[in-house]
Amino acid sequence: MRSLFLGLAFGFVLVRSEAISWYRIQEMFRLQSFHMYGIIGSAVLVGMASLWLIRRYGIRGPDGEALEIAPKETGGRNTRYWAGGAVFGLGWGILGACPGPIYALIGSGHTVFLVALGSAVLGTWLYGALRDHLPHY
Amino acid sequence: MSTLVDLLSRPWPWYVAGPLIGLVVPALLVWVGRPFGISSSFRDVCAATIPGKLEYFGYDWRDYAWRLAFSVGVLGGGFLAWQVLGPADPGGLSVAVSEATRSDLLALGITDQTGLVPRQLLSWEALGSFAGLTILVLGGFLVGFGTRWAGGCTSGHAITGLSNLQLASLIAVIGFFVGGLVSTHWLLPIILAGLP
Repeated sequence: MRSLFLGLAFGFVLVRSEAISWYRIQEMFRLQSFHMYGIIGSAVLVGMASLWLIRRYGIRGPDGEALEIAPKETGGRNTRYWAGGAVFGLGWGILGACPGPIYALIGSGHTVFLVALGSAVLGTWLYGALRDHLPHY
Repeated sequence: MSTLVDLLSRPWPWYVAGPLIGLVVPALLVWVGRPFGISSSFRDVCAATIPGKLEYFGYDWRDYAWRLAFSVGVLGGGFLAWQVLGPADPGGLSVAVSEATRSDLLALGITDQTGLVPRQLLSWEALGSFAGLTILVLGGFLVGFGTRWAGGCTSGHAITGLSNLQLASLIAVIGFFVGGLVSTHWLLPIILAGLP
């Protein structure tokens, strides 16, 4: 229930700030406005400050557990991060939407993004099928 | 009341939207006990719906029901923001992008620049064209494949990962950006070459 509510708020902000707009992503990758950089940059700063406060005051989770985000594993050439990231970026640049916005666009009535969602799920499945043959580190 | 409606319907500036999005990180962590990330929900959809014996999908997706609930929430948020409290004439609205972007896109053949997304490319009618089909199917596929290979998307790597000062996420975000630059400046013009 709580995550449903948080998703609702997140989707609302994505639409209201035009971050789900294909035009905005084009503008970002053409370096023609600060808008998207401002959104992502200030989100990171607030996220960083919040994580610092959570650590500083030892704030605990819903079941009283210590809250720590385990850093993702790195090593070797870190192939999965730069290569996987670049593949994601290639898709992001043409589709103009990353996973959050895909959901928000469908909800906002741009139902053709169901095709993109289906395709993304298929891409995820193919990764799962090829995983053992792909370089990761 | 009219001020409130006005506030809700005008595009929110980055310094309002960004911090609100950043607050999703601690909110999910403290209230749900989970790190913020959306694209793993695609994996849950695979685990829940596609039959097969792949090890990668061999887990009980119900253990991650919070991720699907969050995704359904994002869908609902989109509905609320656009269909319920949206502009009176959503189709006629133009996104407030810069003039430079508008003229670049015009040069690529995107003549109708109204709406939240260009309907020449991203609509059910456009799905019948080469450009529309390629953008939705290839774009969606690369997003889905790339995000699992990299282990996160904009929310998991760019926002959560950078907030957590992770090297892996910095590398992934540089990858996102390089990929996006390449597809915007080289791939997209090729795909749009056939626009009438």
